[in-house]
Amino acid sequence: MKYVLVQLLLVFAFAVTVPAQQAKPLSDDPELDKRLMNLAKELRCLVCQNETLADSQADLAQDLRAQIREQMKAGKTDKEIITYLTDRYGQFVLYRPPVEPSTYLLWFGPFIFLLAGLFVLFRYVKQRRQLIPESSLTVEQRRRVDEILKEREKPA
Amino acid sequence: MTRFIIPLGIFLVLIAFLAIGLNRDPREVPSPLINKPAPAFSLPQLKDPSKTFSAEDMRGKVWLLNVWASWCISCRDEHPFLFEYAKTGAVPIYGLNYRDKRDDALAWLSELGDPYVLSVSDTDARVGINYGVYGAPESYLIDRNGVIRFKQIGPITPDVWEKTIVPLAKELNK
Repeated sequence: MKYVLVQLLLVFAFAVTVPAQQAKPLSDDPELDKRLMNLAKELRCLVCQNETLADSQADLAQDLRAQIREQMKAGKTDKEIITYLTDRYGQFVLYRPPVEPSTYLLWFGPFIFLLAGLFVLFRYVKQRRQLIPESSLTVEQRRRVDEILKEREKPA
Repeated sequence: MTRFIIPLGIFLVLIAFLAIGLNRDPREVPSPLINKPAPAFSLPQLKDPSKTFSAEDMRGKVWLLNVWASWCISCRDEHPFLFEYAKTGAVPIYGLNYRDKRDDALAWLSELGDPYVLSVSDTDARVGINYGVYGAPESYLIDRNGVIRFKQIGPITPDVWEKTIVPLAKELNK
């Protein structure tokens, strides 16, 4: 009982303090927020590299979201904003790297491996087929088979 | 025997790739700003906010812009070295106090000393973003025409200073 009380107390303690930690309402323009979040999902946070700009709570991510919001308000297109970011942080901020010579291996590498795998598999199967000889029975064996079969057909 | 050679070969190639991958720092993102004009800025000076300092003021000089902050742990490691680098006179070092509170920054300088010719306050990180800063400390070597010629991400180690920055600054000063 005491334990439950302590837990309840804890719950209430946090119930009071947590809302202060929650994300501030983004702005008075939900349409803009939606656009911001959609764009931010395509962008990498450079501080914690496996997070998107939308998910990251790093200071830099917050600054960049503020920048993007400002630019959206100023009427910039998504494309212009992406150019703005890649001019400063490089292609690395994009979660979907563009198809260009330096990323060919990244984009087409898996298909090359797939083709190589298929080639190896094909050759292996073909080789195996050759390994199993299609041997027909010798005359002697055929005679024995016939004999056995005849024996069986005989009524007991 | 030959049936082992191909898997062994593939294995060795894999090892080679992994070895290269492990020895690269994934935090070092190549900056697209190298050999591009340094973004213009005009910011209040840290010690005397009534005065501004702009990148334009440094036209005709080779200089180093060092991004630092009082909250930045690696900056603390780099700091004592900056005094030594500044002493050599190879290149003047200016500070960009990035995303910091002025009081904290001033306290930091009075505690650890001030190796900079001067520092400017980039409180809202606007200039930092224009320079593509994502992890302080970062340093930019800027030539006479205001073009960024080299960027160091993370502390400037004595090795980088002697082998890269000093020779490059010498060449740019010719």
